[in-house]
Amino acid sequence: MSDQPSANIQPSSSVVAEEKRLRNTRLGLLAPGILTIFCIGIMPLSIVLVYSFLEPGDFGGVSWVLSFDAYVQLLFEEDIFDETLSFTTDYLQIFLRSVGLGLFTTIACLLVGFPTAYFIATQPPARRNAWLFLITIPFWTNLLIRTYAMLLILRDQGIINLALIEIGLIDRAIPILYTDFAVCLGLVYAYLPFMVLPIYASLEKLDFRLVEASYDLYATRFKVLKRIIIPLAKPGIAAGCILVLIPSLGAFITPALLGGGKSLMIGNLIELQFGQARNWPFGSAIALVLMVLVMLSLMTYLRYGARKGAPAHG
Amino acid sequence: MVDIATTARRKIIKGIDLKYQPGFSQITWFCIVVLYAPIAVLVLFSFNENRSVTVWTQFSLDWYVKAWENEGIQHAALVSLEVAFVAMVISTILATMAALVTTRTPPYRGMNIAVAVINQPLMVPEVVTAVATLIFFAIIKQATGISGIGYLIAAHTAFCIPFAYMPIRARLEDMDLSLEQAAADLYAPPFKVFRRVTLPLLMPGILAGAMLAFIVSLDDVIITLFVAGPGETTLPLYILGQIRRGVTPEINAVSTVFLGISVILVTFIFLFGKDKK
Repeated sequence: MSDQPSANIQPSSSVVAEEKRLRNTRLGLLAPGILTIFCIGIMPLSIVLVYSFLEPGDFGGVSWVLSFDAYVQLLFEEDIFDETLSFTTDYLQIFLRSVGLGLFTTIACLLVGFPTAYFIATQPPARRNAWLFLITIPFWTNLLIRTYAMLLILRDQGIINLALIEIGLIDRAIPILYTDFAVCLGLVYAYLPFMVLPIYASLEKLDFRLVEASYDLYATRFKVLKRIIIPLAKPGIAAGCILVLIPSLGAFITPALLGGGKSLMIGNLIELQFGQARNWPFGSAIALVLMVLVMLSLMTYLRYGARKGAPAHG
Repeated sequence: MVDIATTARRKIIKGIDLKYQPGFSQITWFCIVVLYAPIAVLVLFSFNENRSVTVWTQFSLDWYVKAWENEGIQHAALVSLEVAFVAMVISTILATMAALVTTRTPPYRGMNIAVAVINQPLMVPEVVTAVATLIFFAIIKQATGISGIGYLIAAHTAFCIPFAYMPIRARLEDMDLSLEQAAADLYAPPFKVFRRVTLPLLMPGILAGAMLAFIVSLDDVIITLFVAGPGETTLPLYILGQIRRGVTPEINAVSTVFLGISVILVTFIFLFGKDKK
């Protein structure tokens, strides 16, 4: 700006230039990754929102007519003859089943996962890694294959039924496959590691002097667990619960293989709309309902669960 | 008196294992059995000579030979490897670039948003991402008339980025800034500092990230199911189709090989993650 560069201006302008360079570097390095995810991950979500307000096309796709049918369809059924709407619980049932199975899976995972995480965290450090490794491996192996393995066991001719018949407890195979129970079992099996790992992370740092102090004060084992250990592990428990609940709500493979046509969940309903039913707007609307459910769980988590290291006050 | 009381107390404390909780070790073993028993059954019956996947007759490798010679499986495996490899390379490069400017820096405007965007694929249920991608690609296909495996690779790349990003970021956060500062003090230009100091130190993180991205892409079912066009059947899609048609030990054989590959890769990641220095 000025013709006479003074000692004051020069360093500051070089700092500005340096900052600009830094900003450009940042932008240059961030842009490709951000753009990829934005174009393939975020922008399509807004298209889903738009599609949910359109009418289905004749052969899949949409026709560009504004319509709220997709949302009405969630709760009401249109009579084929006189086009009157009547309340239906068909879809509501599937939503409720998804939420119910999701919650049930979360609780079951917690009941098994917490003691496991605690046990691993209290092992000598050298052995902890081996245990963690055992828990992590299923976490990274193919979910489809693991679900298939579950299917092999639960079938009418599967190991469980054959064993029960062999020892004479039952004389005909009891149907386990294609029930809500099978789906729940499959979900627990699939997402158990998601529960163990965060709880382990929070228990690993547990200060056992607190436990010792409470024993000094004549606390029973159960009381120590309830009043000291569990409150201190709360952030891990909350994180584990949300990590199990969210994928359970949106599960697709597990209910598809273990639930069959009888125990549908939201994920399967969405796939049906984009596959056989060819009703893309309705599928989009269901996908958005699923998103809302996930957001609600996340918000609950952030509001109540994420408080870090809150001291244990009753 | 006091003395006796304290020694008595000490004895009691010594007798208590502070960390013990009744039944917890049994539950842990139960957990391990639940996690591994189904897989063990699956692997066992891949070696069954019989057509059945529940009644054991005799050891044989027939089903592996059958699977190996099956053209559908061969084609699916090649598609899987091609997609996973390309997605791995691109997503790891993008994730490394992003990680370099989102760690070890004072927070700047937009950084948290950038990190949130990178992690977005982890936040949204996969079915929803799959549907969104399907619709989006359908629009592009209609507008441009271009089709091909590029769409599938693009979709895989996008959701692999956060998985590659995690270990790279973790590694960077553990790294010491002083080495890079020393190099800069010795007049190394920024790119040379990156190539000679930062990159070699970061390599274990990048390798772990790349392997994670590879596994995640290789394993994917849902997004692939929606996005893959005809002739782009990946191995998981092929397996899904076969399962829906009925179970045979051939599926067990393919699955076992698949599991083996995942386990080997995970072991590598585990070992890379371990030497934190």
